[in-house]
Amino acid sequence: MVSSVILVPALLNGLMTGAVYALVALGLTLIYGVLHIINFAHGALLTAALFAAFFANKLLGIDPYVAALFLAPLFFGIGYALQRFVIGPAAHGEDRNILLVTLGLAVMIENALLYAFRADTRTINLSYAFDVVEIGNSFLAVPRVVAFGVVVAIAALLWFAMRWTDTGKAIRAVAKEKLGAELSGINVAHIYAVTFGLGTACLAVTACLLIPTYYINPHAGNAFVLIAFTIVVLGGMGSVAGAMLGGLFVGVVESFSGLYLGESLGQIGIFVMFILVLLFRPSGLFGERA
Amino acid sequence: MKGLAPIATVAVLLALVPFITASNAVLNFLVMAFLIALAGQGWNILGGYGGQYSFGHAAFFGTGTYVTAVLQVRYGMNAWLCFALGIAGGALVGAVIGGLSFRSGLRGSYFALVTLAFAEVLRIVASVAPITGAGVGTLIKLDLRPEAFQFQSRAPFYWVLLALLVVSLILTRIIEDSRFGAYLVALRENEDAAKALGVDTTLVKLGAMTISAAITAAAGGFYAQYFLFVDAGIAYGPWISVEALLAPIIGGVGTVFGPLLGALVIRTLGELTKIVAGDAPGLDLVIYGSVLVAVVAFAPRGIAGLIERVRGRLTPPAAPSLERSHG
Amino acid sequence: MAEPLLQVENVSKHFGGLRAVDGASLAAEQGRITVVIGPNGAGKTTLFAMITGFLRPTSGSIRYDSVDITGEPPHRLARRGIARTFQIVQPFPALTVRENIAVGSHLRHAKRADALAAASATGEAVGLGGQLDKPASALTVAGRKRLELARALAIGPRLLLLDEVLAGLNPSEVRDMVPVIRGIAARGVTILMIEHVMQAVMSLAETVYVLSEGRIIAQGRPQAIASDRLVVEAYLGRGAAAQMTEEAVHA
Repeated sequence: MVSSVILVPALLNGLMTGAVYALVALGLTLIYGVLHIINFAHGALLTAALFAAFFANKLLGIDPYVAALFLAPLFFGIGYALQRFVIGPAAHGEDRNILLVTLGLAVMIENALLYAFRADTRTINLSYAFDVVEIGNSFLAVPRVVAFGVVVAIAALLWFAMRWTDTGKAIRAVAKEKLGAELSGINVAHIYAVTFGLGTACLAVTACLLIPTYYINPHAGNAFVLIAFTIVVLGGMGSVAGAMLGGLFVGVVESFSGLYLGESLGQIGIFVMFILVLLFRPSGLFGERA
Repeated sequence: MKGLAPIATVAVLLALVPFITASNAVLNFLVMAFLIALAGQGWNILGGYGGQYSFGHAAFFGTGTYVTAVLQVRYGMNAWLCFALGIAGGALVGAVIGGLSFRSGLRGSYFALVTLAFAEVLRIVASVAPITGAGVGTLIKLDLRPEAFQFQSRAPFYWVLLALLVVSLILTRIIEDSRFGAYLVALRENEDAAKALGVDTTLVKLGAMTISAAITAAAGGFYAQYFLFVDAGIAYGPWISVEALLAPIIGGVGTVFGPLLGALVIRTLGELTKIVAGDAPGLDLVIYGSVLVAVVAFAPRGIAGLIERVRGRLTPPAAPSLERSHG
Repeated sequence: MAEPLLQVENVSKHFGGLRAVDGASLAAEQGRITVVIGPNGAGKTTLFAMITGFLRPTSGSIRYDSVDITGEPPHRLARRGIARTFQIVQPFPALTVRENIAVGSHLRHAKRADALAAASATGEAVGLGGQLDKPASALTVAGRKRLELARALAIGPRLLLLDEVLAGLNPSEVRDMVPVIRGIAARGVTILMIEHVMQAVMSLAETVYVLSEGRIIAQGRPQAIASDRLVVEAYLGRGAAAQMTEEAVHA
């Protein structure tokens, strides 16, 4: 028996990490739920957001948590424009084309960052990066606790907005019955773009929560996105609650497996879990056919 | 058989290149382009004709490379035999991944995702497993004899690769003109309708994936012999998954010559980038990504489609049909 | 009497709590035209999907040619000689009309050239002779319906299931199509069809089944069915039926 002295902190740390995963997954699942596309550019956009948060701090001296306040709207705009003016028109309404366009965007963004900033890995130094708080018998890093709180708040906010605002209602209408929504006067192209923007804004916030304790390089986003894919598939494509619970679950699983296995093996574990879930959870997950 | 004449013409013309120029730069360029064309032809069989878009053809390319290299280095087997086994190994990996995915009914985005994940798993395994040389990679010993699938000069390499490419073109043409090919295209166009007409769609997809994987694995095996070095990033890296898909999509998806055309275009773009911007990492891929988006947006049927459109404009349109469809 | 070519026995399909088809039984006699009618949402298409292997019945059995075929996948049923058309036409849009039909012909012809030749013949038989080289996506609604039919015929079926092949056609197109269907039956192909166009039902059907809310509520010759009170109720609602009967009594 391993004592609770190790297990409880592992559990709490897993929940903290899982919350960040959940936010990446939230963006992905939101886009899937409404547009019914898998956004292969999600990882590259997260990397772009990490760079934005990094330079906001390095060049302008803005604290990442403050930067989130303007990076989120900025990335909302970027996401909105990408969907409205690039992905939507380029895809000609064909799923296979959407796949290719988001893949093309991913390759472009990731390599543009590589070209501009080389493969170097960077970090920023913040006075509070190594502060800890004591919860029960566990010491937790302050930035991770903040991240957890922010993610929970965003999820609640999003849930509320989906239920009570006109745009939220329109998004749900489009997700459920695109044609019907179109006939009742909803501008579907606009709603698609808003949803894509929201998903991208989630990435900007994620980046600002990650940067105090994480490193960045032009491939940094990819690690998260694969995990996010796993979570989204696990929690059910398009399900917001599924993304949250799935994120926390994967965070805890990773934290525990990190205790017993090495990092490299842990990485394979995520992939294997991902493949198994894809292969062996059929109609429930893929209720609607692609 | 119809359609073999253009392939023969292209084969003869390309075979003459080493007699016209001995420039290593030219041959090198063409070897890389043919390599991508070959890998892309593999992708094209499954993606272009069958409509199943794989984002992980690196899984097959890498298996071809590693089997060819590792069997020689570790077990001292003949290079040509290793190359053949590499192709078989790639086909096997294709059959396994295809069997698992298609039996579970994965298609569209899900199929793209699961192939991507398989390629990544193989990359990580190859980067830690001792038999592949782990992080260091595997070096094939220099042994410049044709029996060892190594040559003194580039020209024989070029001809071997050209031969492989021509075989893949002929194979594609044969598939186009076969029942298997008709079924493959039918399931791309409408899977339920194909089923209703007696097509065992799972089996046809599986067959396409196995052939597709074998062709891409052949490109991988050749890569090992040409460069005599393999590591996980080269063999199973995303670069080859992306280029194998780019070539047919740019050239003309679901056409015999699409992958070759597309490979020549992307490699030319790559070289031009190098000339203009120097050896800047990433810039060529930025251009590839933009070209991919642009092709999907403006020329969904690739260069082959554009050529057809131009040709249609040059030749007078057929006399309008007199028969008006009722309704 | 010989066993019918197709025998559906007590078949049900439940989606969650919804009973789309609820204990339906019917038979299609060799060489005859049998029609299933019923109001929208009665479960007709679900019933067809079960017979052709696209859906597995929750319970019940389906026998074809004296063999239990319940739950067999569509491609295997096609090889046994069961062909179907789709209510919403499902062409292969990028292929020409001839190539579309050839996908079906390939079931009996391994060689491409043979399959294409057979496809041309089938296409001509259903009146698509002049449009064989057009892309399927360029056909009119009527043309697409004929293409559905041609493709299904191309597999050389013994049993042909037609899901509303006449829906969406104008009266003159319907008049063109009826003899085509009758011709197919005359060549010995057993036909089971779902149809809404009553004029065609009355002229084609030898036996009619009425499906309502997942159950077979009536069966018989078309004239008998048309005057069946249950059937009228199913279509028009109870009140209307009662009123009609009343009017009939008073008249």
